[in-house]
Amino acid sequence: MSVEEHRQHVIPTSVYVGIWAILMVLTATTVFASFIELGDWNIVLALTIATIKATLVVLFFMHLYYSSKLTKVTMIAAIFFLFLLLALSMTDYLTRGWLTNPGH
Amino acid sequence: MATSDIEIAEHALQHHFADMDQQKETSTFGMWLFLVTEIMFFGGLFCAYLIYRSTYYQAFVAGSQTMNIWLGATNTAVLICSSLSMALGVRCAQTNKIKMMVVLLLITIMFGFAFLGIKAIEYHEHWTHHQFPGPNFQFEGAEAAGVSPQNVQIYFSLYWAMTGLHALHMVIGIGLVTWIVIAGWRGAYGPDYYSPVENVGLYWHFVDLVWIYLFPLLYLISKKHGG
Repeated sequence: MSVEEHRQHVIPTSVYVGIWAILMVLTATTVFASFIELGDWNIVLALTIATIKATLVVLFFMHLYYSSKLTKVTMIAAIFFLFLLLALSMTDYLTRGWLTNPGH
Repeated sequence: MATSDIEIAEHALQHHFADMDQQKETSTFGMWLFLVTEIMFFGGLFCAYLIYRSTYYQAFVAGSQTMNIWLGATNTAVLICSSLSMALGVRCAQTNKIKMMVVLLLITIMFGFAFLGIKAIEYHEHWTHHQFPGPNFQFEGAEAAGVSPQNVQIYFSLYWAMTGLHALHMVIGIGLVTWIVIAGWRGAYGPDYYSPVENVGLYWHFVDLVWIYLFPLLYLISKKHGG
């Protein structure tokens, strides 16, 4: 009895297959969307779809949805530090043209 | 039934853990911590990509238009299918269907090789067109697109580095899944002890995750305004 209780939550096969189907549809959507001219919104749409796909993989295929709070916090921290790496680097590169240097 | 389960549990439990639950939790958490370092490892390359893409946007557009979007999309689908078979394989370990687990993991390995095969076709194509950074780099469409071949070379440097590192992870992943198949076939895993299956699964899904971002960033930058 106690061994049974300790076992990890088993996700139904239908959930895995459902997530797989959504991922396949989103892949087709992102390819299709890339052929439509949306200007700057192309990349926004592509990355939004990629992030939805990544979230589904992490939550269900990687069981994060059913994992401990510690694991969840660790993953959120990882995303935060990745964002920090990208954002702080870009504060340098994107602002280099903002200030002119008088006398040069 | 319950007695034999407990016997397996006691057999697999290491002395420094209180129970199987804690042991499994610790093992899986260690894997997540490793994946965090992997996120930062790939993060450096994604950061380089972001900086150069924002600096040489038109050159990146010209470079990305040489990509075969259909091969890239097929590979994305192949990896998603491999993730499904991997996830179902882990589920079979949880539910004590070890033979089915072995079959599903062999399917995962097959998808892994399919991905690498398609990637090899693409690499060969780029290689024969001198789209490899170095002294022999050539980019024929540079003049027409109004971009410097030097800047397109930066795109291809990042393309080879990012997809190459990803492919290396795929090769390691195939090796790890092979190890799980062999150990699983010999009866190493069951519902009370399958941490290695779970952790290799986490690794495999992570490699899939990286590709989920690489595909739009490298293949789908812009299909039309290439001028």
